[in-house]
Amino acid sequence: MSYNVNEKGYYGKFGGAFIPEMLYPNVEELRQNYLKVMAEPEFQKEFNQLLKDYVGRPSPLYFTKRLSEKYNTKIYLKREDLNHTGAHKINNTIGQILMAKRLGKNRIIAETGAGQHGVATATVCALMGLECIVYMGEIDIARQAPNVARMKMLGATVVPATSGSKTLKDATNEAIRDWINNPIDTHYIIGSVVGPHPYPDMVARFQAIISEEIKWQLQEHEGTTKPDYVVACVGGGSNAAGAYYHFLDDEDVQLIAVEAAGLGVDSGESAATSVLGREGIIHGSKTLLMQTNDGQITEPYSISAGLDYPGVGPMHAHLYKSGRAEFISITDDDAMTAGLELCKLEGIIPAIESSHALAIFEKKQFQPNDIVVVSLSGRGDKDLETYIKHFKL
Amino acid sequence: MNKINQKLQEDKKLLSIYFTAGYPNIDDTVNIIQNLENNGVDMIEIGLPFSDPLADGPTIQASSTQALKNGMTTEVLFNQLKDIRKSVNIPLIIMGYFNPMLQYGVEAFCKKCQEIEIDGLIIPDLPVDVYHDEYKATFEKYGLINVFLITPQTSDERIRYIDSISNGFIYMVSSASTTGAKSGFGDEQTNYFERIANMNLNNPQIIGFGISNNETFTQATKYAKGAIIGSAFVKHVTNGGVETINEFVKKILI
Repeated sequence: MSYNVNEKGYYGKFGGAFIPEMLYPNVEELRQNYLKVMAEPEFQKEFNQLLKDYVGRPSPLYFTKRLSEKYNTKIYLKREDLNHTGAHKINNTIGQILMAKRLGKNRIIAETGAGQHGVATATVCALMGLECIVYMGEIDIARQAPNVARMKMLGATVVPATSGSKTLKDATNEAIRDWINNPIDTHYIIGSVVGPHPYPDMVARFQAIISEEIKWQLQEHEGTTKPDYVVACVGGGSNAAGAYYHFLDDEDVQLIAVEAAGLGVDSGESAATSVLGREGIIHGSKTLLMQTNDGQITEPYSISAGLDYPGVGPMHAHLYKSGRAEFISITDDDAMTAGLELCKLEGIIPAIESSHALAIFEKKQFQPNDIVVVSLSGRGDKDLETYIKHFKL
Repeated sequence: MNKINQKLQEDKKLLSIYFTAGYPNIDDTVNIIQNLENNGVDMIEIGLPFSDPLADGPTIQASSTQALKNGMTTEVLFNQLKDIRKSVNIPLIIMGYFNPMLQYGVEAFCKKCQEIEIDGLIIPDLPVDVYHDEYKATFEKYGLINVFLITPQTSDERIRYIDSISNGFIYMVSSASTTGAKSGFGDEQTNYFERIANMNLNNPQIIGFGISNNETFTQATKYAKGAIIGSAFVKHVTNGGVETINEFVKKILI
């Protein structure tokens, strides 16, 4: 079995492009060109150069001495938090801005939840001198003021999404509507492995640099390219897709996906899509999503703004249903505790998203010789206020 | 013969009206349908509300959100419509997004439509090829006409393909936009209307998006068999209530 996308844009039965006809030409243009463009030597050269000089790649693969001792196993952190703009998101936006330029687009739109993808998009638009419009839920704008300011400083226009629940899913709807209304000159930079084909595959390929580096870095550390486990948090699932990518079809490497349980999977305030979701359509993709019996999409909850998406990328829906990846859900409290523990043991303040991945060591016992690579998808600067409130610092 | 096909054979330009089921009030659905028929409307699109209507602008979004708050669901709509054929004869189309139908079960949904004598469906986010490969047989089994959209950006080749698998009419979206975004037609639209009219398609075309008054209705129907009004009607009902539907229709048909 292959866990990659097939030629029709499906991962198993998940994926596809369930889009209104108004979007068909835009998505079809991208579908016909993305692999060709990505294969061009000039594209590769420019992409890799920017990842090196601008993003600061390769990001270190760091062996945690004290954390490993505490849990009696070998824990490595893939330090995506050290990237420019503070998370893995920039890998994708660099790739997509180069794609947009080659497709002759001069106007960029994006959605953002907490603002990380919005900042990463505004950053690359400034870098390339392209117009940038970021849709953000009205409620998120109010609670993520620093990122709104960052986007504005970078020259982006931040448009509040005032429809529906006024959060990430509605910001995504608004970005899609913008694209319907501007079909010729605009490229939509989706921030995760979600949306209609070819987005999940394209974003996964841009994020695949994470697992590509893990392989040679682990070779240097351990004399093997294969970890026993790769662990990553999953909201839409882009950092996980990147961390898994080169291990997908190698079943010696076990994949662990960590979802946000919020206040608890059964509390009604959760974002654990694999457990709570059913098969359906969200943002043009057939995948697992949280919805009412009647098929209305519901609002998820997590303390981490990057994980409260009601769907999950179709690759992950397939990894879950096929059993290829183990899915674990972690509550707000356990994630926060694990985040603080990393600060104390390793001197690294993680993003709350990444803290969810770190919390599995309290849930799951590994062998002393197991090599466990955790994707540290982002840094915690953006989350200081939440940490302060939670721990009354 | 399906009521939509019958209507399309009449020697007149057709006015089709979209409204959101369960809006402004949950029990307005049947009343609106009867009112539209009594006032000379030719065809009705009953909007099944969805939480995330990607192709719709603010007016229909807001009416959908309110309808859901009012308690509208697929089941409730089917219950409201169960005796509808005792009072109206007008062609009825359900327009909605794919996810609620998928959750209801596509076959169960189609079967229910046949029972209450719904004539067709418009599902903007059900792609042509998926319909063709997975659902066409089911729709046909229950006598339902599926209506596809085309836009100014749709290639001639794709329009021919869509024409070949359509069995009622083609929904011509007047410009690249969400619903209710633009009003009035410029050269770009009329060129597009002419281009399609000259393709001599097998299925008649009905133009939607951007039609809000007598002027735009007349312009659109110069090139096509009919025109659809959605957002402007929903706005009218929002402001004037269901009792004033006659005023709205009168102004369109003059």
